[in-house]
Amino acid sequence: MAVIDAQGVYYRELNQRIKELLARGEREITLNNINGQRYIGDGLTEQAKLIINGTPGNDLAAFGNGAELVINGNGQDGIANTMNGGQIIIHGSVGDTLGYSMRGGEVYVKGDVGYRVGIHMKGYQDKQPLIIIGGTAGDFFGEYMAGGRMILLGLDRAEAQDIVGNYVGAGMHGGVIYIRGQVEDYQVGQEVKISGLDEDDRKELKGYLSGYCQEFDYDLEEVLNAEFCKLAPCSARPYGNLYAY
Amino acid sequence: MKGSRAEEKIMSGCAISGILNRKGNRFSGEEIIDSIALMHDRSNGLGGGFAAYGIYPEFKEQYAIHMFYDDLDAKEEVDYFLNRHFNIVVAEKIPTREVDKVSNPPIIWRYFATPNEQKLAESGLADDEYVAQSVMNINANYRGAFVVSSGKNMGVFKGVGYPEDIGEFYKLEEYEAYLWTAHGRFPTNTPGWWGGAHPFTLLDWSIVHNGEISSYGANKRYLEMFGYKCTMQTDTEAITYLFDLMLRKHKLSLESAVKAVAAPLWSQIERMEPKEKKIVTTIRTIYGNALLNGPFSIILGHKDGFLALNDRIKLRPLVVAEDKERTYVASEESAIREICPEPEKVWTPRGGEPVIGLLEGRRGV
Repeated sequence: MAVIDAQGVYYRELNQRIKELLARGEREITLNNINGQRYIGDGLTEQAKLIINGTPGNDLAAFGNGAELVINGNGQDGIANTMNGGQIIIHGSVGDTLGYSMRGGEVYVKGDVGYRVGIHMKGYQDKQPLIIIGGTAGDFFGEYMAGGRMILLGLDRAEAQDIVGNYVGAGMHGGVIYIRGQVEDYQVGQEVKISGLDEDDRKELKGYLSGYCQEFDYDLEEVLNAEFCKLAPCSARPYGNLYAY
Repeated sequence: MKGSRAEEKIMSGCAISGILNRKGNRFSGEEIIDSIALMHDRSNGLGGGFAAYGIYPEFKEQYAIHMFYDDLDAKEEVDYFLNRHFNIVVAEKIPTREVDKVSNPPIIWRYFATPNEQKLAESGLADDEYVAQSVMNINANYRGAFVVSSGKNMGVFKGVGYPEDIGEFYKLEEYEAYLWTAHGRFPTNTPGWWGGAHPFTLLDWSIVHNGEISSYGANKRYLEMFGYKCTMQTDTEAITYLFDLMLRKHKLSLESAVKAVAAPLWSQIERMEPKEKKIVTTIRTIYGNALLNGPFSIILGHKDGFLALNDRIKLRPLVVAEDKERTYVASEESAIREICPEPEKVWTPRGGEPVIGLLEGRRGV
């Protein structure tokens, strides 16, 4: 296992060093004193693990395709942009546009997420990306979602704190969002249907949450023992007729 | 136009940062430089600047007028104007040092001055309005002369360069302020020039801004009706004047002014309680032309503290943190942690949700 002290190291040099270590066959790298360095773990295809201690900068793990990242701290904006595979575990909160255009892999966030999380997320056959969030989310959650799964738990939040903002799933035409709690009609896009969970949904949810609860040491049954709602698109092609003259 | 084209594509946006000591204790410019420097890659070297509050206690009764002059002729003309309209206590070059990456600065001068009593009495204006009109007059009518800042016990230090280089250029480590704000610029729609760097100011107000204001035309025309002249070739200037109009001239509360510039959407207003609905509808009706459309995160600095605000649908980043004595705001959390590794509280405000940091004992601005 390799260790890099990233104190004051510019992002280009840092990412170069990570890539060199991986090229030499290193499979686990711990990055200490990370603060603000951009593009960490971008485009990694190796089955490697990066442990990040600190606050990584924007565009973390973009285009990731296999690596596992553990972030002991908060993340910033643009994490897992167009991620294709691998796993990101964040022991804190993150900023906006997490999982933008994500098309595979898993992201677990223990805390809250910002605006526009999972927008343009997509899925195809066995490539179904997954984002699970322990806290709350801002507006435009799952906007234009086309596939995959997003699960929002809203655990340990203040009473006055809404679990999610407005425009949830606006333009959604694929995938499923599960929310642990209630969502008002005005909060979701007009392309979204809100329903309760059936047996199959519960089974699917349990499957997704078992890894998450294990990772963050939550009691799976306790997390599941609540009213969930399911957001799914009304139509797979909501704009099919928009440009048909 | 200064500033050559970058050789490779630079992916970035602007950066903003601010630090308030709520107890009013002053600290040097080093920390704000460290904070904004961490976000170096958000800007491209075409503008950097700082606003500092509490730096001139020995001249706190005078307006501190910071000036840029293109040449000595411009200075001579403005000197003549200032001498006729103000009692100048001190006029001096703002100290700078040679920095490799900062080139072709204008002539940078500051004056500590009060309005000339006789002229002020003739004008029938309050002190602040007299100064504001003088600023508008210089910026609009004096070729090659730009007022950089005009408040009391505060000043703005800005120019073309990366913010950390601009901070070094102005020797900001030698100043002590209780509130610092900073900006790193990535100009999108308008040129990078010394006067076009942020912060933009009028009297005590200063704005640093990440984003762009697509309602600029409407805002500018509205401001012109009240005598404001937008001369700096940038949208951010209009934000400064809108706050001056609403807060100083119309004496609105900060909260009300926020509801004008980042008005709740009509769909949200529909769901409000009757009383709040009436207030918000009234503000939207009267101040419709003060609505800022487009993506922004801003920090409005003033003598009592700051306001940090996002556009309503949060198209720009903004993070806030607190420790015992200070409140921090920045475009990125890491820029706060660079100078305060373990804050007591870190959060991100929602779109349109104001973050108001005030000195202890102040209830508003």
